[in-house]
Amino acid sequence: MTPLPIRPGVNMARHRRMQRLREEFIAWVLRACAFSAVAGLLLIMIFVFREALPIFTSAETQREATFGGFFTVPNWQPVSDHPKYGIIPILIGTFKIVAVAMVFSVPVAVLAALFASEFASPRLREILKPTIEMLAGIPSVVLGFFALMVMASWIQSVTGSPVRLNALNAGLALSLGVLPTVFTVCEDALRAVPKSYREASLALGASRWQTAWRVTLPAASAGVAAGVLLGLARATGETMIVLMASGNAALGTASVFDSARTLSATIAAELAEVVVGSPHYSVLFFLGALLFLITFVINVAAGLLVDRLRRRLAGA
Amino acid sequence: MSAVILGQKVAPLPAVRPSDAPGRAFTLLSGFAALLIVLMTALIIGDVVVHGWQTVTWEFLSGVPRQGMTEGGIWPAIYGSLLLVVLMTFALVPFGVGAAIYLNEYANPDAPFTRAVRFSVHNLAGVPSIVFGLFGLGFFVQFVGMQMDRALGLDVTWGQPALIWASLTLALLNLPVVIVTTEESLRAVPREMREASLALGATRWQTIRHVLLPQAMPGILTGAILSVSRGAGEVAPILFTGAAYFLPYLPTSPTDQFMELGYHVFVLATQSPDVDATKPLLYGTVLVLLLMTLLLNLTAMLLRARLRANLAGRS
Amino acid sequence: MVTDVPTIRTRLADAPATDPAATPPQASPPHLVARDFHLFYGSNEALKGVSLEIPARTVTAIIGPSGCGKSTLLRSFNRMNDLIPNVRVTGELRISELNVLARDTDVVDLRRRVGMVFQRPNPFPKSIFENVVFGLRLLGVKDRGELEVRAEDSLRRAALWDEVKDRLDHSAMALSGGQQQRLCIARSMAIEPEVLLMDEPASALDPTATARVEELILELKSRYTIVVVTHNMQQAARVSDRTAFMMQGELVEFGDTRQLFTSPHKKLTEDYITGRFG
Repeated sequence: MTPLPIRPGVNMARHRRMQRLREEFIAWVLRACAFSAVAGLLLIMIFVFREALPIFTSAETQREATFGGFFTVPNWQPVSDHPKYGIIPILIGTFKIVAVAMVFSVPVAVLAALFASEFASPRLREILKPTIEMLAGIPSVVLGFFALMVMASWIQSVTGSPVRLNALNAGLALSLGVLPTVFTVCEDALRAVPKSYREASLALGASRWQTAWRVTLPAASAGVAAGVLLGLARATGETMIVLMASGNAALGTASVFDSARTLSATIAAELAEVVVGSPHYSVLFFLGALLFLITFVINVAAGLLVDRLRRRLAGA
Repeated sequence: MSAVILGQKVAPLPAVRPSDAPGRAFTLLSGFAALLIVLMTALIIGDVVVHGWQTVTWEFLSGVPRQGMTEGGIWPAIYGSLLLVVLMTFALVPFGVGAAIYLNEYANPDAPFTRAVRFSVHNLAGVPSIVFGLFGLGFFVQFVGMQMDRALGLDVTWGQPALIWASLTLALLNLPVVIVTTEESLRAVPREMREASLALGATRWQTIRHVLLPQAMPGILTGAILSVSRGAGEVAPILFTGAAYFLPYLPTSPTDQFMELGYHVFVLATQSPDVDATKPLLYGTVLVLLLMTLLLNLTAMLLRARLRANLAGRS
Repeated sequence: MVTDVPTIRTRLADAPATDPAATPPQASPPHLVARDFHLFYGSNEALKGVSLEIPARTVTAIIGPSGCGKSTLLRSFNRMNDLIPNVRVTGELRISELNVLARDTDVVDLRRRVGMVFQRPNPFPKSIFENVVFGLRLLGVKDRGELEVRAEDSLRRAALWDEVKDRLDHSAMALSGGQQQRLCIARSMAIEPEVLLMDEPASALDPTATARVEELILELKSRYTIVVVTHNMQQAARVSDRTAFMMQGELVEFGDTRQLFTSPHKKLTEDYITGRFG
């Protein structure tokens, strides 16, 4: 047998030189792939803000829409002879719907996460977790459709509300969209709590519920808070559900039985109809930038909480 | 009766443990919360199946919409959805897998660049889908497309909503999904595998190519399937980047607009002149969309379960 | 004195585990050399100036309590420690003429010349055949016939051929632990290294499989320079020509195996082999 290196006529040193070049090239390509995530986030910021910029720089746009006007003009009437771009009713609508969604989804999701991680038998858990993945896998347009076609009528018959599509309906539908997010993050956090904590508590004579409530949940509190924040961000940004279920009237009233309109639904409903570069177009991008900022801040906060949880459990 | 501890009088500890009724009630309540989630999920899926299954016939799947979309089928929407996710996958998987390999196999975890990438992945996952839609319009359509038209001396060809821009927008939206799942599966490959390969004189890339990627394949596949499922269901990002209300022809070029299942559901549910006449069609379309996304999700779940079982069996 | 130590001594005195004739003359140039080699994990000094010379075609055992740095030293010879972040080294390591630590040393070439067998058998989840020819394929060998010949040769040398020749296309994961470890040895030998580094190669195996691996080490010595890290003193006595005793990052004593176990020069060595600690 010929000794290694094997192939006659192949210069091993040269082969290795080429191989090293190839290795370096591949490392560079992979680095570029990783950079695509950074580039993506930066480009989103740049291009969403860029299209909103005329509100601050263009005199022509400012004749119709100004930054100050967003908060002083009482109405949102973009399509009229004298368009009005007051975003207060939209902010109120967003707040109302998101509040309803959080009020319903957080307790249910946290309790269900506690149930799954602390009380459920393995068999029950094996039903519960895939079901929640299924719920997470239902497209939001289907949830919106369900809220529009089915839930709205139930809710109207129970509450006797004069309008079918209102903030309550949208908020409840939205809570279905948010539930899986909150549940998953909470459950992960609860399961990351070391078994020794639970054993210590049980050995002191605490019941399973007392252990869950006074030991496990507090230990995982940063993760639970992160789950709630991620759910909040998701609820604030969710579009199709609210677009289909809320009635979309920018009323600015406090009642959840009135129709309401959110930031995301406003963009979705109006952008397709506007002239590119018009004041209305810029205003819609401004709403997008605002939505981006709100969710970005919430997400960063959630990320910090998750890091804190990880460090605390690692340090323990 | 009282006890004395360290010279202080204290009440004796109760001989009988206080009742744990509230605890039991809360345990029950938590079970009820879980049950509620399962019931709601079953209710939604059940409602769609019950009202939709009779509509889903071969004619419905293969036909085109007729009579102002109150009759006919949904083939153009199915076809458009498929094209959309296929293009998205081609754009998405190489970048996502490449980024995950970099993060897990090359990057120094404390380097500023690595932290910037991780920060971006985390926050990209939280950007609302409608903002991706705005970005797709502002960047791909209005900027890249327009510049391409100018450079190529074309009339408006690329600088308008189109299949290619919608799929690229969705690719960016799903980038975190693929990165996170691929990374998870790379992390699951034991360190010994890397050492064995390197000790045999394999280069870093040879180790990745011949040892790590084959073992991480189920995980990568899971990520790709999950993102396809998500891509097939997202409507907000394609509203302004390429989805069409109605098209009399099937898209043939990346610059064509397209019909899409999710968007079709939205259109049928909210824009129909005659809601009752469209209702069967609407339920049928929702059922097809739901089946598509849920089957993909189920596949991903099974793959992941098998992957985890393999790992558990090995260690 | 602990009771089992005299056993070693008796055995070494009565029936030498290694044939004295096979031990190469001390005059031959050393194959592996360490000179004042230090290694730091961050600020923690794991190896504190190790110097030793290992002749070609001998078996050297490195023994010592866990955490003494014996595996770290072994993994330095093929620079596996490069994989660990924040590792810093000073001093000199040589394999024949090759400066192991030099910046321009090609680690890939180095690792082709220095095979390594790990503590836990780590076959790839591929077929037995693909495991053995993994390194050959990396070298660009494509010819099926040549791959088969070389695979058979390696498997024979690893004393595994007869057990697996009928199922080369079966998964390597289905083999027993001992077979897996011999497969890993075959895999290392297929690319014709000069040196075999073995990091506690039998610690995860049952006694029968351990005996097979030890036999194998003795057979392979005629072709390779072998360094074995072990926590098992009997094993060191059975397989090695020379033994190095390390403690807390320092090389305490290095010499002929029989001499080291029967009449160690250092008090520390004596304490360790008589079981006063570790």
